[in-house]
Amino acid sequence: MWDGVATGLATVLVPMNLLMVVAGCVAGTLIGMLPGLGPISAIALMIPITYGFDPSSGMILMAGVYYGAIFGGSTSSILINAPGVAGTVATSFDGYPLARAGQAGKALAVAAVASFAGGTIAAMLLMVAAPALATVSLSFQSPDYLMLMILGLMAVSTFASRGKVVQALIATVIGLMLSTVGTDPSAGVQRFTFGSLDLVDGLSFLLLAMATFALSEALMTVLKGDKAGAEAEAASRGNFGSLKLDREDARQMTPVVGRSSVLGFLVGVLPGAGATIASFLAYGMERALAPLREKNRFGKGSIRGIAAPETANNAACTGSFVPLLTLGIPGSGTTAVMLGALISYGVQPGPQLFQTNPEVFWSVIISMYLGNVVLLMLNLPLIPYIAKLLILPRQLLVPFILFFSLIGVYLVSFNTFDILLMTAFAVAAIFLRFFDYPMAPLILGFILGDMIEDNLQRTMTLYDGSISFLWQRPVSLGISILILFVILVPIVRAFRPGTGARPG
Amino acid sequence: MKHFLHNFCAFCLALHAFAASANDVHFVVPGGAGSGWDSTARAVGLALRQAGLIETASFENISGAGSGKAIGTLIETAERQTGTLMVNSTPIIVRSLTNIFPYSFRDLTPVARLIGDYQVLVTRPDSPLEDFSDVLARYRQNPRSVKICGGSVRGDLDHLVPALALKAAGEDARRLAYVPYDGGGKALAGFLTGEGDVLSTGLSEALEYHRSGKLRIIAVSAEARVPVLPDVSTFVEQGVDFEFINWRGFFAAPGIPEERADAFASLLEAMIQTPEWETLRRQYGWQNRYLARAAFTTFLERQEQEIRTLMLELGFMREPAP
Repeated sequence: MWDGVATGLATVLVPMNLLMVVAGCVAGTLIGMLPGLGPISAIALMIPITYGFDPSSGMILMAGVYYGAIFGGSTSSILINAPGVAGTVATSFDGYPLARAGQAGKALAVAAVASFAGGTIAAMLLMVAAPALATVSLSFQSPDYLMLMILGLMAVSTFASRGKVVQALIATVIGLMLSTVGTDPSAGVQRFTFGSLDLVDGLSFLLLAMATFALSEALMTVLKGDKAGAEAEAASRGNFGSLKLDREDARQMTPVVGRSSVLGFLVGVLPGAGATIASFLAYGMERALAPLREKNRFGKGSIRGIAAPETANNAACTGSFVPLLTLGIPGSGTTAVMLGALISYGVQPGPQLFQTNPEVFWSVIISMYLGNVVLLMLNLPLIPYIAKLLILPRQLLVPFILFFSLIGVYLVSFNTFDILLMTAFAVAAIFLRFFDYPMAPLILGFILGDMIEDNLQRTMTLYDGSISFLWQRPVSLGISILILFVILVPIVRAFRPGTGARPG
Repeated sequence: MKHFLHNFCAFCLALHAFAASANDVHFVVPGGAGSGWDSTARAVGLALRQAGLIETASFENISGAGSGKAIGTLIETAERQTGTLMVNSTPIIVRSLTNIFPYSFRDLTPVARLIGDYQVLVTRPDSPLEDFSDVLARYRQNPRSVKICGGSVRGDLDHLVPALALKAAGEDARRLAYVPYDGGGKALAGFLTGEGDVLSTGLSEALEYHRSGKLRIIAVSAEARVPVLPDVSTFVEQGVDFEFINWRGFFAAPGIPEERADAFASLLEAMIQTPEWETLRRQYGWQNRYLARAAFTTFLERQEQEIRTLMLELGFMREPAP
């Protein structure tokens, strides 16, 4: 390993590659902050620019853009409730309320520190265990993914707080139903497309997230008129709160960061799971583990609720390099584009990559340490300026949010139909919000619905329609037991008064 | 941002190069950035410019409906698109047959087939299935005992290839147990974990795994042995009359003048002779499969006929009402 580290250091510590680290991080942060523009388009844009580069330089740049975007994506999640990238949707659950409560500075600082810690811890794990982890990513089969996604769905109980259990469950089902629009992979049949070419590929996650969060939230503040908004505005006017994290904050964050970085990294290593799922799982796990008093703060501006998804999404982003660099398998859309880039540099991806081009592997890892430091230095001092956005009067901020959400979605697809669709969803979301339906379970149901169906259909074909995988596959068995545990514990608690659990 | 730039370029082109000369080519990519279509169009644009065959190349990504969106746009705006080339590939045939979009290659002007990749069947090294006849033998015993994995939805390329091969061997391909993944990369990852029995994929995607011994290619859909794969026999050699090429080629807008379409075809023909293209082609591992205008159309018609017959048998499409 130390030979590898030396190779990596020697490759990274040349002016050209140092420049690549900084350039990648700056570009990534900016792209991540803009709602809609994700790392995939940004990285694809880099391919022609980096043509003729040394493969290491190219990969260092692209890795920087990738984790920079995940880092920067939290900013718009926290400040305007419009997730910059899919992986930061969960950050808005607590980040936005905290910012609204006049502590935007603190929310941004927590996100920055958590992202830094997640990225750095994951880079260490990557360095120590990458070759061994390659086998982990090859031990998860379709039934195991199926059970993992069902466990993720159980996280719905996380959002079903404050006596809104029925609404949360209904919202989940709506999300699951929306995920069935498009072409069914197993039968190749189109479902709920109403003969429209625009719906053949299904609904885009980003479109739905922007419609249910940014658009409807912005319009709600107009409709409600309103006391709450005005108070929040007054609270944030001229004062976005201190950036400082006190000892209490640090005490709360430390265990969360530790757990979420490992969880996020492992989820990232699995091909097909990725930063979005990792952030939701981490958020659900932390809420389940939190003491009761803290649990009730989730969704209202909990420090833990910001730290968990922010740590996990950066760790997962780093973890996704394991299958790419050790096996040559892209586990996500973003890493698939990077694989394409590697080919255009003349590197043959595949199981040999780790042996034939060790300098690519090691220089990317070493550049991650540097990149995370660069991002922290870049983001922390800028927070006061970025947070000033909130001081904008509402009549400016609302159109600003509407503009960026609509443009953001349009820039991804270049399809005007998406704008109409998004508006329709935003109207529906406002309607649901008036009746106190939470939007987070809807989004979660939508993401997981697709993957559950995909993996269920594969599992059923592979096992000829039998559910024997539940006891034949140890991983599936383990996750099933965990699921039972998650279901049973609250029920048992509810029947044992005096243990501190109150309904709701 | 990138799209914005492309659109901006397209806009400028449209403004002052209306009677577009062969010096400017506008490429329409029917899929997203980073897709196979995208890299093909960009590599061709780059080679044309580097070799000095054209002055400017602009690109526009119109994704959606498995390329239906782009085809529709090209047809609607045909009179403004005389300087436009759209990249497409085998799925244009499959998807028009399955009615994913209401167009076919006949609604466009076929210009040339450019490159192609063969499809292969792959097993794991510890598998008892060592050639296609082993697969056939097991399929005859119990069709459900051969699970074939692939990276496309049911009824698309990775499913059609093993189905066509089984049909050529006289089997009923309807009983094939096909396991779809969301893309070739995920199919490969799933297959490496030990799922399924056979993987259906492209030659270039499987080659490195075969060389390193992690996977074993058992049959290739070429007409004769492939130089990069001297140890693997073709379906034909194994007694099954089946060949298949997954091609990528270029189409122009409908109704453009014949001489304009011919000029595009000779432009691409000139390009494949250049060292600039040779370098790019090698990097991506593509095989030249150039076929111009009329020959390309004949090829498309033949491939469509083959796939249509299979689709009717598999029940993926119905005989159109008379």
